[in-house]
Amino acid sequence: MPKPAHRNAGKTDILLRLYVAGQTPKSLAAISNLRKICSEYLGGRYKVEVVDLLKNPALAKDHQILAIPTLVRQVPVPLRKIIGDLSNTEQVLVGLDVRTFDTANRAAAKVPVDAKRTAR
Amino acid sequence: MATKTNRASAHLSTVVPLQKASTGIRGLDDITAGGLPRGRSTIFCGGPGSGKTMLGIEFLVRGATEFNEPGVLLAFEESPEEIARNVASLGFDLNELAAKKKLYLDYISIDPGQIQETGEYDLDGLFIRIQHAVETVHAKRIMLDTIEALFSNFSNQRILRAELRRLFGWLKDRGLTTVITAERGEGTLTREGLEEYVSDCVILLDHRVKDQISVRRIRVVKYRGTQHGMDEYPFLIDENGMSILPVSSLQLRHKVSNERVTSGVPALDDMLEGRGFFRGSSILLSGTAGTGKTTLAASFADATCRGGERCLFIGFEESPAQVTRNMKSVGIDLNHWVEKGLLIHEAWRPTQFGLEMHLLRIHKLVEKWKPQSVIIDPISNLLTGTTQLEASSMMMRLIDFLKAAGITAIFVDLTSRDINLESTKIGISSLADTWILLRDVELNGERNRCIYVLKSRGMAHSNQVREYLITKNGVDLIPAYLGLGGVLTGSARIAQEAKELADATAREEDIQLKRQQANRKLLVIEAQIAALQAEAAAQVELTEQIAQQNSERAEQSQLDRENMFKSRSPVNSQRPARPTALRKAKP
Repeated sequence: MPKPAHRNAGKTDILLRLYVAGQTPKSLAAISNLRKICSEYLGGRYKVEVVDLLKNPALAKDHQILAIPTLVRQVPVPLRKIIGDLSNTEQVLVGLDVRTFDTANRAAAKVPVDAKRTAR
Repeated sequence: MATKTNRASAHLSTVVPLQKASTGIRGLDDITAGGLPRGRSTIFCGGPGSGKTMLGIEFLVRGATEFNEPGVLLAFEESPEEIARNVASLGFDLNELAAKKKLYLDYISIDPGQIQETGEYDLDGLFIRIQHAVETVHAKRIMLDTIEALFSNFSNQRILRAELRRLFGWLKDRGLTTVITAERGEGTLTREGLEEYVSDCVILLDHRVKDQISVRRIRVVKYRGTQHGMDEYPFLIDENGMSILPVSSLQLRHKVSNERVTSGVPALDDMLEGRGFFRGSSILLSGTAGTGKTTLAASFADATCRGGERCLFIGFEESPAQVTRNMKSVGIDLNHWVEKGLLIHEAWRPTQFGLEMHLLRIHKLVEKWKPQSVIIDPISNLLTGTTQLEASSMMMRLIDFLKAAGITAIFVDLTSRDINLESTKIGISSLADTWILLRDVELNGERNRCIYVLKSRGMAHSNQVREYLITKNGVDLIPAYLGLGGVLTGSARIAQEAKELADATAREEDIQLKRQQANRKLLVIEAQIAALQAEAAAQVELTEQIAQQNSERAEQSQLDRENMFKSRSPVNSQRPARPTALRKAKP
């Protein structure tokens, strides 16, 4: 059973699903990283489901999940997958291909680069 | 759980032998001494098309159907639909097994283009899927085909390798008998070095093409904790799944029989102590073209069927119909044995398959019909184009197989005129127990057939060369003429025999004549003797008569004198003294 979305504000242009397996450090890190990225870069146009495969192992088949954690962008198509604990915000944004949504917001586009630098 | 109890008992008793999971494939169980290591992992490695996936699936299917061990097939390269279609040709219905919860099919598709990696991750998703699959069907066996596809999926080799190591440990902890397929690498067993993780059993499959005929081979490279066959064994994948050619040749322990079986030709039996071949022996029948090998073999087939036993006749040169027609002309009716189900007559072209396939077909026919005798006509044709090594190895396996089954086998061998007759190019003469040679002798503008027993193990066979006749009543042997001019056969023999007969007759007549002459002479002599005796007897009689007359005359004269004396002086009686003195002096 997908958990209810973390944030659901207004219309949803982006539908994400995060697969985790129990409360492992990697899973927890991924959830917190995703929460941060969403709030900072995706505005109110997204919807996130978190799926715990330990509770619903059959769901792993749907998106061919092997690695944990895996973030799947279901909408817009095509489907995209990002694996790992999502610690690299820049790579997550590239993987989600969300910059196209942010072309109007230059500041938003610059921040991840800065964030990456500071992270290093 | 099973492994835990095993380990516990391992502490109690000193040694617990490695448990094995039977593959259900007889030849494979033979070379692995019982099957794959139970509760451990085995790698099937080999190049593309070497049969890794087929072998793995057969292991799962047979486990599910024959040993009640459900299995999980985790496919990384092909979808279950594709796999199910592929193995349907082997007679396996994966969908049915899946419906019965005997098999769980899961497809893990890999599309590296879709995946972005960021930060730490593990393969818990894969673990969860495997666990889910295993729990769904209560699997005992699992196959990962081909797990190295993961290497193209994940760029972080460090994580991937660590996770693979963890995966194999995890599978082992669950006591799952695991099969992993892997592509063969350059100079290594597997491209990604998977054998590093799976060190219990490594089986190498190979697929070679030689002279346009492909041969599959299998070899157990490594099997920890057990003995196993070390050689490369040919195998086949056909409509009944995989067959590894029986490895009974690993041992030379056939049972032997003292029973004799007739060769179908009484005169040939006479050459073999009068009792024919040993049951279960292998007989090599070699000869040049047209010496009557097939006819002799057909006589044997006929005799086998006549005894109520089954005979398998495998031809590589002539179709069954042709052999039947030809044999009818020499008085051997094979057709009615076929109708009675005693003769199984099969024929196919030697070029139709590779050597291994031939061997396997023979095996299958033998197993299906369980004949008491097998005829292969000709074996030389089958081995055309093979090396000496391959040919003798094939013959050895075939002979061993037939011997182990107690089947009397006749191998017809066509020898070329150019080479020494007493050597078969196949080098099987040493494998054969009895070797009968047919040859033709060309003399006086004709060609005649000869037969002799070159060797026959375990019996005092004849050392004679016999003339071999094919009559309309079958095969017959007659003693060839052995004389100063050598072995004479055919009309030369007949001429020689006629001459001898004439000589003998002449001698006989001569003797008869002499005997008559002698008899006649005897009669003459006897007649002469009789005449002489008669003459002598007449003489004696005459003498007696004279003597008689003489004495009568003397008596008469005495009487006369006495009468005279009486008449002259009747008173004077002093005178009679004188005639007495006269009588005394007379003779």
